[in-house]
Amino acid sequence: MSAPLLRVAGLSKRFGGFTALDDVSVDVAQGERFGLIGPNGSGKTTLINCVSGALRNDGGTILFAGEEISRLPAFVRTRRGIARSFQIPRPFKSMTVLENLLVAIDFGRAGHGLSADATEDEAIGILGTMGLKDKARILSSQLSQVELRKMELARAMAAKPKLLISDEAMAGLSGSEIDEVLDLLIRLNEAGITIIMIEHIMHAVMRFSQRVMCLDAGRIIAQGVPQAVMDDRRVQEAYLGA
Amino acid sequence: MSMRRHGFWIGALCVLALAYGLTLAIRNEYAFFAGFIILQFIVLATAWNILGGYAGYVNFGTSAFFGIGVYTAIFLFKALGAPLLVQMAGAAVMGALLGFVTGLLTLRLHGIFFSIATVAMTIILETLVINWKYVGGATGIQVLRPPVTEPFDSYIKMLFVIGVALVIVAVALSRHVQGSWIGRGLRAIRDDETAAECTGVPTLRLKLLACSISGALMCAAGAPSAMYLQFADTTSAFNLNYSVSALAMSLIGGTSHWAGPVLGAIVLGVTQQALTVTISSELNVLVLGVMLILFVVGAPEGLLGLLRKGWARLARGGGS
Amino acid sequence: MFSFELLLDAVVLGVMLGCFYAAVSIGLSVSFGLLDVPHVAHPAFLVLGAYGAYALNQAGWDPIVAGIVLTPLFYVLGVVAYRVYFETFEKRGSDAGVRGLAFFFGVTFIVEVGIIMVFGVDQRTVQAGYIGKAIDIGDVRIPMRMIAAFGGALALTLALTAYFSLTFSGRAIRAVAQDEIALRLMGANPLKVKQLAFGIATAVVAVAGALLIIVGPVEPTTHRVYIGRTFCVVVLAGLGSMHGTLVAGIVLGVVESIVLTLYGASWAPAISFAMLLVVLAIRPQGMFGR
Repeated sequence: MSAPLLRVAGLSKRFGGFTALDDVSVDVAQGERFGLIGPNGSGKTTLINCVSGALRNDGGTILFAGEEISRLPAFVRTRRGIARSFQIPRPFKSMTVLENLLVAIDFGRAGHGLSADATEDEAIGILGTMGLKDKARILSSQLSQVELRKMELARAMAAKPKLLISDEAMAGLSGSEIDEVLDLLIRLNEAGITIIMIEHIMHAVMRFSQRVMCLDAGRIIAQGVPQAVMDDRRVQEAYLGA
Repeated sequence: MSMRRHGFWIGALCVLALAYGLTLAIRNEYAFFAGFIILQFIVLATAWNILGGYAGYVNFGTSAFFGIGVYTAIFLFKALGAPLLVQMAGAAVMGALLGFVTGLLTLRLHGIFFSIATVAMTIILETLVINWKYVGGATGIQVLRPPVTEPFDSYIKMLFVIGVALVIVAVALSRHVQGSWIGRGLRAIRDDETAAECTGVPTLRLKLLACSISGALMCAAGAPSAMYLQFADTTSAFNLNYSVSALAMSLIGGTSHWAGPVLGAIVLGVTQQALTVTISSELNVLVLGVMLILFVVGAPEGLLGLLRKGWARLARGGGS
Repeated sequence: MFSFELLLDAVVLGVMLGCFYAAVSIGLSVSFGLLDVPHVAHPAFLVLGAYGAYALNQAGWDPIVAGIVLTPLFYVLGVVAYRVYFETFEKRGSDAGVRGLAFFFGVTFIVEVGIIMVFGVDQRTVQAGYIGKAIDIGDVRIPMRMIAAFGGALALTLALTAYFSLTFSGRAIRAVAQDEIALRLMGANPLKVKQLAFGIATAVVAVAGALLIIVGPVEPTTHRVYIGRTFCVVVLAGLGSMHGTLVAGIVLGVVESIVLTLYGASWAPAISFAMLLVVLAIRPQGMFGR
């Protein structure tokens, strides 16, 4: 197996006296579909905040494509190829859907060298694959919930990431909408993008992921193929609440 | 695209030529005396909007930059006998530096914390200048104007034309920022700073850039004040009214487009000049405050928004 | 260069001044610290209270009594201000930051100019039997007006602290700051609770304003320095901490008093602002912050 795309080693994060992450180590391989689960407050979002740069970790290292990134500001990590969507969608409200993507292309791919027209074509193309083409000129604040979720993914994709972190991109969606987003993520993965999915909707994670990790109280309690993790006694206890 | 760019510069040259033409045509100096104040406000509001409007960082410290501009000019004049344009250039450099340093100290703060920090900066700088005897300290300082240079026949008229030129520079900068990747990045910051950073926007760098440009323009706007009044003291140079005016004129005009602050400054500036002359200078601040509240409550898009709405209604009416 | 007696004087006066600073800040500690409202008009309301006390004092009232009499009016003022803020900014949620700040900034200037138009730009003072006298405690000479302000400030701060920790509505206000949903589940209406809190915060400002004009002369622009003092105290305390407000006020009072003794009055306005900047840079959560 080649070197992992993302290697997190001995990661810890404290908020005051509260330990949110405690010695977390995990490798994610190039092209992998990786699921991250755990009960509320188990540290999932803290972990990806540390990876994406929204938070600074207190201890441990984060290697991305072989390079230490844990002291880099978030925007540099985005430019290196880590993109994310947010648990609660965070569109640029005063902009159209298209403009939202233009921000990501202009800034997320620093020095892309595309002309203004080419940039716009590129953005329209991405919106096309996401099924949002006819919404391009609409203000992002006027989108429906599922459209917002898709736009978040489209914006993340516009930065041409190597790794996409999807933070509960399906929360609040209906059954058919969940399938829609899931298919979208699988297609992105088939195009070569490594994906980490954080999800509460268990059947979605299990269907999607090749490998799953479960966090509880900031520690890894299980890691492996979906079924094995599901069957793990500690995972079941964590979810049932011991 | 290039047609439009040329269009702007041709228009700018026409305005400048017109301003010079006016100085030849009109005898009465008072018009230029009053006009210069309005020009100053256009620059201040335009400058304020680059950080406050585009990026959403409410700067209460316009008067700090203005005051430092005034005193940079006085220092350069007293120490080196520098001519007006050099004073303004020096003030612009000072303003950019001050903007940069202020930004480093305060731009990690958000919302009200940033705003209060800018008030803090104003008072601290004012206090420093009060305690700086070389430029007059608390009592103020008299400035003797050098003779006016050709092709102007009076100093006030020259200041007026220089003011017009500064307005053009300010508007050109603001317009460039708005239309370029910088403006798009700043808007992303205003909408959602965390999301912007995670989309690859170098938020701190962009804010520093905006703060420096804004600061440079504000200081440059303050620099000619000493020559204009032939006197400077800290109370008027650091007057908090500049902070309110810059903010109010931008918000009343509309913050999303460079034309908003220009429009706001012209409308309010003219009203204020008229009120000051006819009634009292207190009343004009009161009008400013009341208008500000009315607009932030009732017309968040400002005059520009109202115009756009009116235009749309007209267009619809015309169609049917 | 600097004698022990002078230092002692400075510290004793500083502590008294500090309690006074706590009193003028405690309303802001509620409105901004607990409720998260960008209330930059707080110092302007304070000066308005001072002028209210001045007006009643002209009619022969004791300034502190005048301050207390004015509290219902200020309560209404606070409720109205909050209601407008809530309806136009907080409820819509959009762009509340910029426009909310601009709103209170506008209110500040309307208050300032309103005062100028009614009372003029001159400094005003109040008359009372205890103003102008002084007492000696050991080597330290303390003006009576400072003692009156000190007593009033201490009473005010303690009363509010007690209100917030002992009464049901006081605890509800603290709860709304932490968890609005939990409060709603308890059956309380967050808007009503916040409105009450903002009203109380503003009512207290009437008394604090009376203390302000007892301590020294007041002019329409006095509020500008108090932007620094009140925000410095509230941020240094840690947002929403009542006992922190008292401690932070005393810290500011002592520092100001010592710098004044050492370097003279012309540096006074900058001290609170400089402290505020330092606190924001190093420890934005303050001394007793969450």
